[in-house]
Amino acid sequence: MTGFSTLLYKEVLRFWKVSFQTVGAPVLTSVLYLMIFSHVLEEHVEVFAGVSYTSFLVPGLIMMSVLQNAFANSSSSLIQSKITGNLVFVLLPPISYREFYAAYVLASVMRGAFVGLGVGVAALPFADLVPRSPLWIAAFALMGGAMLGSLGVVAGIWAEKFDQLAGFQNFLIMPLTMLSGVFYSIHSLPAFWQAVSHVNPFFYMIDGFRYGFFGQSDVSPWASLGVVVVCLVLVAGLTLNMLSRGYKLRS
Amino acid sequence: MTEAAIEVSGACKHYGAVRALDGVDLAVGAGEFFGLLGPNGAGKTTLISALAGLVRIDSGNIRVMGHDVVADYRDARRQLGVVPQELVFDPFFTVREALRIQSGYFGIRRNDDWIDEILGHLDLTAKADANMRSLSGGMKRRVLVAQALVHRPPVIVLDEPTAGVDVELRQGLWQFVRRLNRDGHTIVLTTHYLEEAETLCTRIAMLKSGRVVALDTTENLLARFATHTLRVRLASPLDAELGALRQERGWLEFALERYDEVETMLRRVREAGGEIVEMQLGEPDLEKVFVGVMHS
Repeated sequence: MTGFSTLLYKEVLRFWKVSFQTVGAPVLTSVLYLMIFSHVLEEHVEVFAGVSYTSFLVPGLIMMSVLQNAFANSSSSLIQSKITGNLVFVLLPPISYREFYAAYVLASVMRGAFVGLGVGVAALPFADLVPRSPLWIAAFALMGGAMLGSLGVVAGIWAEKFDQLAGFQNFLIMPLTMLSGVFYSIHSLPAFWQAVSHVNPFFYMIDGFRYGFFGQSDVSPWASLGVVVVCLVLVAGLTLNMLSRGYKLRS
Repeated sequence: MTEAAIEVSGACKHYGAVRALDGVDLAVGAGEFFGLLGPNGAGKTTLISALAGLVRIDSGNIRVMGHDVVADYRDARRQLGVVPQELVFDPFFTVREALRIQSGYFGIRRNDDWIDEILGHLDLTAKADANMRSLSGGMKRRVLVAQALVHRPPVIVLDEPTAGVDVELRQGLWQFVRRLNRDGHTIVLTTHYLEEAETLCTRIAMLKSGRVVALDTTENLLARFATHTLRVRLASPLDAELGALRQERGWLEFALERYDEVETMLRRVREAGGEIVEMQLGEPDLEKVFVGVMHS
């Protein structure tokens, strides 16, 4: 267990040492989204009955930050270690691939949680946020973070150059998170785009997370939980399979 | 040879059409100072990587202190400390943090006494709290050695540790590695500096195109392949055929099997009317053995 806990500690220390960039910057970005969108749309949009647009927006922004930063953590750590060659320090010791996986993913979940908390705290002056069901909030944040942390492991191992990783991030993770109902309810979309949203797993993470705050959501939180669990199991299975084969790590 | 620290049997590794390892059989005894030599691309680094679990061989098996590097990788890796060839480091951490983290990876908590000892031996104490980024190349190399030693491995592999390293550091490093060897650690060394291998290693394997082409004690290799040389400079050139190996700028070079042949050679030169103004006697060296083996 010491191997796993040390790798987890190292991964957390890594992002914590540059927390201005890894936690502070994404919190600021989310606050900017919040200020601009709430200023423009507050008077015009009401998504859930009795919930202001700003209040509706905040949980979505929190969850979007959790997901994006969980992905960024494992993927950037791995690609940096691969390119600079220092991944060898992790590959030489007696650390199993399961420990390797658990440490990278858990550190990603923690970075996501730190950023999410930061966004939540920074949003307090703008919106009344009362977590109605903390269990739902925690469940979606943890599982969403774990799924994206896991995807980050896949991307970090697969990518051989920084621009390949940037491609993965900009053309897959970004659109999926932005088009997941962070800024709107999918009920306000035309039928076609509603259908498209339903095949985006990120939509269920955001929707379920938001349910924890308002007790209202586009789909049942149980359905969202089911989708998220299935996706997490699939992505975790894929990642563990890659790691057990030593794909691009042990030739 | 005592108990084997490393046993490699029938190791094969292909990269496409390239045979990086082509049936390597090798055993390194516990406590040996073993040299692994060969030209670039001979398979040295592939073999070391396979030993360390970074490369998976296609067939054959490798054991470190009796532990299979695949089936029993946890125990095998605990027995092994590897100093990689590339000068790699983690820019996020200080020297001490890097060593504590490396200890933790091997399951060791609270390793500061040993870390301090290694830092002292490697002349790094003053840099313990410096960030890795701020160190010179030589210092980073020493930290790599320290990282390989945090878990006190009985077997230490150094993959070209002195490439591009200045004389002072090189000497300090060898002093330290010799001490580790005296303390009972098995050392495996790859290097392109053959004189280093000759003075340090008690046994040597030479690899060529993924095969072991020579494997013996350094002494036997020198005796078997290398010859002594006698070089004489003459006052004026001679026409006579004296059987010299080569002749250039007034120097004649003869190959000798044994020292007592010197007398015969000198007599032959004198009898042919040669006047010797200078003379040099060359010891057999590993470079000659290496060239001989690689071309045979």
